[in-house]
Amino acid sequence: MVIRMSEKHFSLYKIFIYVALITLAISIIIPVSWVFLASVKTNAEFYGNPWALPQGFNFQNFIDAFKIAQVGDFIINSALVTAMALIILLVVSLPAAYVLARFKFKGRRFFNGLMMAGLFINVNYIVVPIFLMLNGWDKALAKMGLQFFMNNRFVLALVYASTAIPFTVYLLSSYFRSLPKAYEEAAEIDGCGYFTTMVRVMFRMAKPSIITVILFNFLAFWNEYIISLTLVQTKALKTLPVGLQNLMSAQKAATNYGPMYAGLVIVMLPTLILYILVQRRLTQGMTLGGLKD
Amino acid sequence: MKKSIARRLFITICLAPAMILFTVFMLYPTVNVFMMSMFKWGGLSDNRTFVGLRNFVSLFKDMNFIRALQNTILIIVLVTIITMVVAILFASILVREKIKGQNFFRIIFYIPNILSVVVISAIFSAIYDPSENGLLNALVSLFNGGHAGTTKYLGDPNLVVFALIAALIWQAIGYYMVMYMASMSTIPEHLYEAAALEGCGKVKQFFSVTIPMIWDNIRTTLTFFVISTINLSFLFVQVMTGGGPDGASETVLSYMYLQAYNRSSYGYGMAIGAVVFILSFTLSWAINRVTSRDSIEI
Repeated sequence: MVIRMSEKHFSLYKIFIYVALITLAISIIIPVSWVFLASVKTNAEFYGNPWALPQGFNFQNFIDAFKIAQVGDFIINSALVTAMALIILLVVSLPAAYVLARFKFKGRRFFNGLMMAGLFINVNYIVVPIFLMLNGWDKALAKMGLQFFMNNRFVLALVYASTAIPFTVYLLSSYFRSLPKAYEEAAEIDGCGYFTTMVRVMFRMAKPSIITVILFNFLAFWNEYIISLTLVQTKALKTLPVGLQNLMSAQKAATNYGPMYAGLVIVMLPTLILYILVQRRLTQGMTLGGLKD
Repeated sequence: MKKSIARRLFITICLAPAMILFTVFMLYPTVNVFMMSMFKWGGLSDNRTFVGLRNFVSLFKDMNFIRALQNTILIIVLVTIITMVVAILFASILVREKIKGQNFFRIIFYIPNILSVVVISAIFSAIYDPSENGLLNALVSLFNGGHAGTTKYLGDPNLVVFALIAALIWQAIGYYMVMYMASMSTIPEHLYEAAALEGCGKVKQFFSVTIPMIWDNIRTTLTFFVISTINLSFLFVQVMTGGGPDGASETVLSYMYLQAYNRSSYGYGMAIGAVVFILSFTLSWAINRVTSRDSIEI
């Protein structure tokens, strides 16, 4: 009898839980899918009920996004900057993380502390100083008739990579620390030098954490907004989020919403596809890097 | 001897690039924030004058800054409390209960976290659209006998901060939920069994087993909340409202950006930057002190 009572109570509780879970899920699914639906609506439909489904598949928005709004340029810029930043980040962070994790030397604690402190420096605080520094360097160059640091996709990638170094080194070195010492000893007996041991043995072993690092930083770089907004003014060199933001204000004034939503779909799609493919690794990796103490 | 030189060289070559980039693009700009906060300087010209702490003095007389500070603190407090409560509850449900589609919910809840601020801002601009074609305003007609609402969510100085808070919570819940789920799944089952044997119900179990066992994790995330809410509120304001209407949604960082970048009062802006740095550190430190408990050994 007692059991049956509690069972009834239990099912009511279960219903409540499902309602809560489904409500939150809907509040996420609907706005995101609304953008997808809006991207195929015709301009006239934006003046009707926003909850109405699109009447047809107006692919013209995507064509306009490329033709009129230069979204193609933005995609190329974003892809280039993201790829360069990832390469720079890995080339620079992997050796540093390895050395900090596996070698005992004078100053090791200092450099480790520096990286830990770096975790607390946020890009948003220092974006204006970075801008002025680069601008100042350009002024010095201007005397020789050159311009390099502003409006340069490589420099933008370099700044992206630099600001991601503390987190990446932290994550990679904690992984290196967890690997058994025996591998390096074996490599040394085989006559491998430091460099060969690092590249051939240790980097290969660190593959899972390297992939985690790539995933996180891909999302961060691809979605980055404020550094890109500040350091790139030339329209043809803008990255996708900044380009879209400009498009948003321009289209709102011109009340031509279609291409803007098409652009938003274009910026979302790679991250959504990547996420669905690797979501398990991403959420596991987050707790790996997230728990800092 | 030769080997030790090779070893030294190897260490230097491996460390140098990362440390140089870090110093140039992170450490130096950070030091610069504090140094330049004591100068009166437009940023682009060559004449700068040392003014000591005068920037800070005028800062605390600047009502726009005070309002930005108030907004920031309100946003931090509300976003932290609401997000944390909801995230912990949902995490505990997803970990402890046998839920159909558990994986599905986890995947969906995390989605806002992978979207660009620009996408999220576009979504919320459509939701908050002040015309009758706004998603929220059109939804009102369901309850209002067919009359769409005309609330200016982002245009009303009394509403705009709360509209931003809703967007920030929407964005953050999934991230923290996954964090709490990870730490809850490490709680050994026998603790719950023991609690159940002693007659503790689900609610009692939640407060006397789950919460104490993830306490360290909760403390860590509190620091995250402070830092990331300061940052994200800046980005959301930047993209969604531009600080408007009439400065009503300005936060400390967006006000810093406005002064330092748009209005070319670089020194003044950096004084704001220094205050934000100090604020976020003191806040994190204070939270850490207040929440400190003896850690539990299993």
